Amino acid sequence: MSRITIDGIEIDAPEGWTVLETARFLGLEIPTLCYVEGLSPWGGCRLCTVEIGQGERTKLVTACTYPVEEGLVVRTATKRVVEARKLILELLIAQCPTSKRLQDLAAQMGVQEVRFKPKWENCIYCGLCVRMCEEQMMAKALGFVDRGNKLRISTPFDKSSEECRRCGGCMYICPACTLRCEGAQPEEVLCGRCESSTQPTCLEVHDNYACWMGLTGDCGTCVKEGAEK
Amino acid sequence: MANLRSINDLERLRKEIVKDRDPDRAVISISSATCGQARGSLDIVQAFEEAIGGHEDRISLRVTGCHGFCNAEPNVIIYPGEIFYQHLKPDDASRVVESVLKEEIVDNLVVSENGDRFVHLCEIPFYRSQVRAIMGDNPLIDPTRIDDYIAVGGYRMLGKIFEMEPEEVVEEIKRSGLRGRGGAGFSTGKKWEVTRQQPGPVKYIICNADEGDPGAYMDRSILESNPHSVIEGMILGAYAIGANEGWIYVRNEYPLAVKHIMLALEQAEGLGLLGESILGSGFSFDIKVARGAGAFVCGEETALIYSIEGLRGTPRQRPPFPAQRGLFGRPTNINNVETWANVPEILEKGADWFSGIGTKTSKGTKIFSLVGKIANTGLVEVPMGITLREVIFDVGGGAPGGKSVKAVQTGGPSGGCIPAELFGLPVDYESLTEAGSIMGSGGMIVMDENTCMVDVARYFTHFLQDESCGKCVTCREGTQRMYEILTDIVEGRGSEEDLDLLEQLGETVKDTSLCGLGQTAANPVLSTIEYFRDEYMAHIRDKKCPAGVCKALIQYTIDEEACTGCVLCKKNCPQEAILGEPKKLHTIIQEKCIKCGICHDLCKYDAVIIS
Amino acid sequence: MTEVAVAEASMVVEESIERQGEFLIAVLQDIQEHYNYLPEAALQEVAARLDIPLRDVYGVATFYRSFSLAPKGEHIVTVCLGTACHVRGGARIVEALARELEIEAGETTPDLEFTLETVNCLGCCAIGPIVVVDGEYHGEMTAQGAVNLVRKIQKAERV
Repeated sequence: MSRITIDGIEIDAPEGWTVLETARFLGLEIPTLCYVEGLSPWGGCRLCTVEIGQGERTKLVTACTYPVEEGLVVRTATKRVVEARKLILELLIAQCPTSKRLQDLAAQMGVQEVRFKPKWENCIYCGLCVRMCEEQMMAKALGFVDRGNKLRISTPFDKSSEECRRCGGCMYICPACTLRCEGAQPEEVLCGRCESSTQPTCLEVHDNYACWMGLTGDCGTCVKEGAEK
Repeated sequence: MANLRSINDLERLRKEIVKDRDPDRAVISISSATCGQARGSLDIVQAFEEAIGGHEDRISLRVTGCHGFCNAEPNVIIYPGEIFYQHLKPDDASRVVESVLKEEIVDNLVVSENGDRFVHLCEIPFYRSQVRAIMGDNPLIDPTRIDDYIAVGGYRMLGKIFEMEPEEVVEEIKRSGLRGRGGAGFSTGKKWEVTRQQPGPVKYIICNADEGDPGAYMDRSILESNPHSVIEGMILGAYAIGANEGWIYVRNEYPLAVKHIMLALEQAEGLGLLGESILGSGFSFDIKVARGAGAFVCGEETALIYSIEGLRGTPRQRPPFPAQRGLFGRPTNINNVETWANVPEILEKGADWFSGIGTKTSKGTKIFSLVGKIANTGLVEVPMGITLREVIFDVGGGAPGGKSVKAVQTGGPSGGCIPAELFGLPVDYESLTEAGSIMGSGGMIVMDENTCMVDVARYFTHFLQDESCGKCVTCREGTQRMYEILTDIVEGRGSEEDLDLLEQLGETVKDTSLCGLGQTAANPVLSTIEYFRDEYMAHIRDKKCPAGVCKALIQYTIDEEACTGCVLCKKNCPQEAILGEPKKLHTIIQEKCIKCGICHDLCKYDAVIIS
Repeated sequence: MTEVAVAEASMVVEESIERQGEFLIAVLQDIQEHYNYLPEAALQEVAARLDIPLRDVYGVATFYRSFSLAPKGEHIVTVCLGTACHVRGGARIVEALARELEIEAGETTPDLEFTLETVNCLGCCAIGPIVVVDGEYHGEMTAQGAVNLVRKIQKAERV
């Protein structure tokens, strides 16, 4: 057990727990994107950033990967943390504005503007599909390719992989293409309408739901109170 | 060669080697590391071999690594007396040999500055303020011969430490105040101690020779010039830490360094200085070599370990630190080349000697590569705490061609640009960090009035967006976005809001990235904005590049007075954008000009002007 | 892309593993040295023999810049873009060579004669800008000088 303090609450956290696990145990909300229970933490999206330390020597670390250690002091929502998360989300949305998951997070966190030019990419390289494929499906068909600004996720030689069993796990877990908004491209990069009080774009533009899942709104994910079918 | 079974065997071998050397015989030491070879030192070696023919009894030749004074390459040092000749051509060899035989000086090969001549190495301004504790032996050692290293006292410290407890060795290094020479400057002794204290019988040490900072090449030079000093340092460290296996992770872009270190390892093994029960001490230690494959991020410890293990060089969360869980999951201590090379020196001369050099928090000497717009380019080894001004002007001789020095970039892509107003700063870890840069591995790139600081910042973000492993959003996207914004600025599309965004983005990238690469990636941008905001504003508001570098904001024109109509520019213009008849004024058609600058490079009359 | 005989690849890989053991990067370096690139057949073979998932072999082969998945040219022209070379005009040299060879940096001419590469520092900063042609270092280069080096090779080959 390590005695740590999160947002002023003292807790004895078992050895091997991460800051995120401990915070969630206490019911403290820390936004996450590339973290999913059941997959090993990766720490790529940086959204679960929290501030550790006291006095002048504090620093930001990702809650999902940082192990608890005796005497650790964590603050999950300082000004520095919140501002950093907002800018991270700006970077993510500019990369992949069609992701409903990102748009929802932006609405929740009050991101008001995106100052970077939209790239309209289909992937945010969070690696969830890679870990899903490896750790849950035991296939290891997908992997990271290249690096830096050329980083991609693909199968070897970009060919269909012999290891792939077409299980669809990668698509299921993907925050960029699941529930992707298929409505008309919004005027601005920042949409967030599904999560915020206004109607989803698809409702405004189409007579019916243009949900890619063909569920025509039955799943209810994008339906808010008052929205009409 | 004989297998040495005790320290006495080693001392006996040393005596034999020294005895065979005639102290009266002159030695011509030729600087022939990669830089030297690129300037033709191999031809010089051949010329000397021929010239010495018949005088072998009086003169011997030593092909060595780097003498440090790159600008003077190819150069030789003649012993006794340390007579220094620079810019040699193969034709000079016979004259130099003759002068040695007659004990004379060849006047026109001597270094001269502002009319003063400097015959001996110790008088030359470039060398005068240096304290060459690490580099000093280079001219005495042929790096392909272990005999030369043994002759100058090499491997002597093995005998000393095998009589000490490992903890005492750690304590001595701790007391010396040695800090890592590769980047963050963590206390070497403390790092050793933590690794030593880890449970379990298997531990590793690693020599980080993946010198990736562009503009820094001291590690290449040490490996090429004195590889055994690194090996000895590693043996001493391994004994102190309790490791029986070491790795050298060396950049594959350094073919000569790889060759020399492999050869040195083979020779050390051959003598029994590596392997089972070294010198009969019961302590066994082996070193393996892993060649890097071209990734800057592998200078980061966890990425380096992954790379040796055959994985992608993607850093991971620390803790656990490599000292706790490193190579193959075992406790691992990583130091860089220069740090290891300091170890034998410290143990020989003592912690007090070492901590007597430098400042309160930064001890010993540090090697810097002084490059860019500087007269005396080269590797300089100076005591910590010396001011930037002393390094750049006293040792480096300022910018060439009477230009004024504007700034110095230290610490590579993780560092920042320090303006000339702050050249009074002492060179130590804390002062450089406070000024928005870092010590890093010791690159100092000097910039003059013709260097555009916005362009420099853009250069580094371009470098980093490719070298980032791509794991963290902030580093991967952040460096790309910084590059994008800086590109807008240098192409005349920037706005003042862009500058604010750059600063905010820079702070976030610094704050939220996982490893050292990301955490320092914004330094070149933030430091140039802090100190050279006016240059940014010139690009943004006036759409001008004051240094005349940024293509979109400059124009090449031909000066009517200066142009002689020599047609050289016209002939070489790849766009046929230059009009003019022989002996008549030439003109550049702006619509066709792609600003490649070839005309400017070629013009002998300085008639092509950048405006 | 030229197809490499599977039988040959198998032999090259086997020999390399004998020399280098299970160290993936060293094995890949050997293969790169043999073929001057990493053929798909060889990577498949490496994955099978070292029992490493192919996606990891492929991931590593694309991560490190000294590996190439496409055949390189007969002559390799490398321009150093280290900081010291940059402030002395390294980028202009790359542009001039790209123009001359009609390829971008990182590419190979269609006739497989030249590959134009850039490198982030060769550690010869004192004599920059540096251009390396087939392993030979040329210091203090200019854009025109580098183009002349290439033309010299082209001329020599035509004779």
